[in-house]
Amino acid sequence: MGIIYIMLIVSLIIALFFLGSFLWAIKNGQYDDDYTPSVRILFEDELINNNKEKNGSSEV
Amino acid sequence: MEVQKFSYDNKIVKNFAYATIIWGITGMVVGLIAALQLAYPEFFNDYLGFSFLSFGRIRPLHTNAVIFAFVGNGIFMGIYYSLQRLLKTRMWSDKLSAVNFWGWQFIIVCAVATLPFGITSGKEYAELEWWIDILIAVMWVVFGFNMFATILNRRVKHLYVAIWFYIATFVTVAILHIFNSFELPVSFFKSYSWYAGVQDALVQWWYGHNAVAFFLTTPYLGLMYYFVPKAANRPVYSYRLSIIHFWALIFLYIWAGPHHLLYTSLPDWAQSLGVVFSVMLIAPSWGGMLNGLLTLRGAWDRVRDDVTLKFMVVALTCYGMVTFEGPLLSLKNVNVISHFTDWTVAHVHIGGLGWNGMFTFGMLYWLFPRLFKTELYSKKLANQHFWIATLGILLYAIPMYYAGFAQGLMWQEFNPDGTLTYQDFLETVQIIRPFYILRSLGGLLFIIGAVMMFYNLVKTARSGKLVANEEAETTVSVNINAKIKGEYWHRTIERKPIRMMILAILVVSIGGIVQIVPTLIVKSNVPTIASVKPYTPLELEGRDLYIKEGCYNCHSQMIRPLRFETARYGDYSKSGEFVYDHPFQWGSKRTGPDLAREGGNIKIKKSNFWHYQHMIRPKDVSKGSIMPAYVWLKENDLDVSIIDRKIRAMQTLGVPYPKGYDKLALADLQKQALEIATDIVNNQPAQILKTVNIEEEINKLQKKEIIALIAYLQRLGRDVSITTVTNNK
Repeated sequence: MGIIYIMLIVSLIIALFFLGSFLWAIKNGQYDDDYTPSVRILFEDELINNNKEKNGSSEV
Repeated sequence: MEVQKFSYDNKIVKNFAYATIIWGITGMVVGLIAALQLAYPEFFNDYLGFSFLSFGRIRPLHTNAVIFAFVGNGIFMGIYYSLQRLLKTRMWSDKLSAVNFWGWQFIIVCAVATLPFGITSGKEYAELEWWIDILIAVMWVVFGFNMFATILNRRVKHLYVAIWFYIATFVTVAILHIFNSFELPVSFFKSYSWYAGVQDALVQWWYGHNAVAFFLTTPYLGLMYYFVPKAANRPVYSYRLSIIHFWALIFLYIWAGPHHLLYTSLPDWAQSLGVVFSVMLIAPSWGGMLNGLLTLRGAWDRVRDDVTLKFMVVALTCYGMVTFEGPLLSLKNVNVISHFTDWTVAHVHIGGLGWNGMFTFGMLYWLFPRLFKTELYSKKLANQHFWIATLGILLYAIPMYYAGFAQGLMWQEFNPDGTLTYQDFLETVQIIRPFYILRSLGGLLFIIGAVMMFYNLVKTARSGKLVANEEAETTVSVNINAKIKGEYWHRTIERKPIRMMILAILVVSIGGIVQIVPTLIVKSNVPTIASVKPYTPLELEGRDLYIKEGCYNCHSQMIRPLRFETARYGDYSKSGEFVYDHPFQWGSKRTGPDLAREGGNIKIKKSNFWHYQHMIRPKDVSKGSIMPAYVWLKENDLDVSIIDRKIRAMQTLGVPYPKGYDKLALADLQKQALEIATDIVNNQPAQILKTVNIEEEINKLQKKEIIALIAYLQRLGRDVSITTVTNNK
């Protein structure tokens, strides 16, 4: 069952990659705000308003 | 603060959308053909008995088409749309996007051009031959590179949860695909899996399960976190839950693969590990499902009017059902009934049709009016699609659940005197045949719905005009191009594309090194049962035919250590029996009986002549058989041109053929073929023998493919039945 070792190594590499990304996410402040991101994606930025209105959700 | 203007690439989204629809319908039609073959085998045998249409070749085409062509294009469509908008950036390179698109379509065309003709590596859900595997890896990296470059060039600092799902999808699928596709090419159209037997099975289902996890689930969950809030125009129920959902899901999923191998020759501890993680998976799965459904709290009235939301609600409901059922099926006592039956088929179709299919339809109905800046052509037609598709799923799944459960129980049934109640496997097939008809009807309804959608969406597109480059603007708080003193080191690299590229190549080459290592470490050929010998050249060719015809789609070669299995098929399978099996052929479905002891168990062993007749006209020998008639096997000459290369390849993989055997293989092959052909011809009924020239008949027959396949079938299970089995654990 030598394959087990390889699969363990590979799985652990993936796991380490994700652990690294998780730590990065926390350090980077990705999870500091756990509400605003959910609302922000609802704003449309595709209708360009000539005045500099910030990300107006004019159409939806 | 600065306002930046840019544009989104909608053309690539449109291309992937059309590809999704076209390949989706194609893949489903192929599935319907496969389903109809099980429902009406006589009709197919009599009128449509083409080799390229036979079930064993069509079924891999169906699975590959709906997974990698339909859902694959659906993933790209959704990601290319949402990623740009979530990051407020156009895709990093339009050229790479185009390469990704055309490359992926080319791969699909290659699949269509190879699988029906028996060019297959014989590993479920990874059947494509070695050079297509390489193409897939390249295209996947192109996609990943474009995605990461876009992420690095983003105009928002925060990465919305959907993007995390996309990243996990890319990374994991890349690694799984590379490791599972590790094979040794013999010719352009033939390769052997590097791993053998149990090891191959473990890698295959590690891949197979995670193909479900990271190709059919995580990307779609990411898309769900974007499209459900967008369609409902309200924030996701809990953003915090979505983060927990993500990390928990990807942590648990990767370990669950062995639940596909319960009660097989896989070591018990690995099976148990798979079960434990599978049961735990219900928590994050349902977390995600509830998060999606609860997003609609207070907005359920919109579900009544909005067809996109309707599709998505059913998709999420199916996701919930299928992820509840999954852990259930991975419990050993449930798995005993469900494994090898149509229950599994029902399970995956709730996932495939319900979760992936319905969600894709929902996305398409939402995207087309936006891409073409118009209204949906017909809401009524879309609603009809919704109902017909939902009905189709039910009509597909319920009969299959019943069939699977019923057949699973019938296999276990004993008479009071200790004999099997349904000794004849075919009896259990007869009882479930009506359900195969119902299931085909369900599939047909689902396809009709998809065609209605196609019409509706084309009409929608015609009524508007594609906005290929959608203008957008956003305020950027920090000039991301300015060098900031004391900034995090990675930030600096991100702005230096060349340095970034070199680092990326370094990281990828580590992957390459990791790839080479297995070949040096894995000793899959350690014989643990002394009597197990390599296949003879003819048997090896026969085995390749077994793979080519896709026999593994309907026949298992794995007898579980359960009384009702050993009573039917013979002694249970040991891991040491499979050490020369590149690739393993355990199978996962018993539409026909298990073949692990076909040639070794004296109670079920048949004569060469029986096999010969059975292959050409199964019904004549086995009344009520639904097996395709393999007429072409007695007409096609066996291609022995690369037998020497095959032997050398096997030697490379560690199969102990004597040195220089590749030169002698052909002579041995012909000798064995002559013996079998002689036996078959001489066993023909006397009245036929009188009318033919026996010698000429033998001469003709010995060169045919059917002889090799019979040789292989007669070999199955023979090694261990000769002597006693040594302890192999």
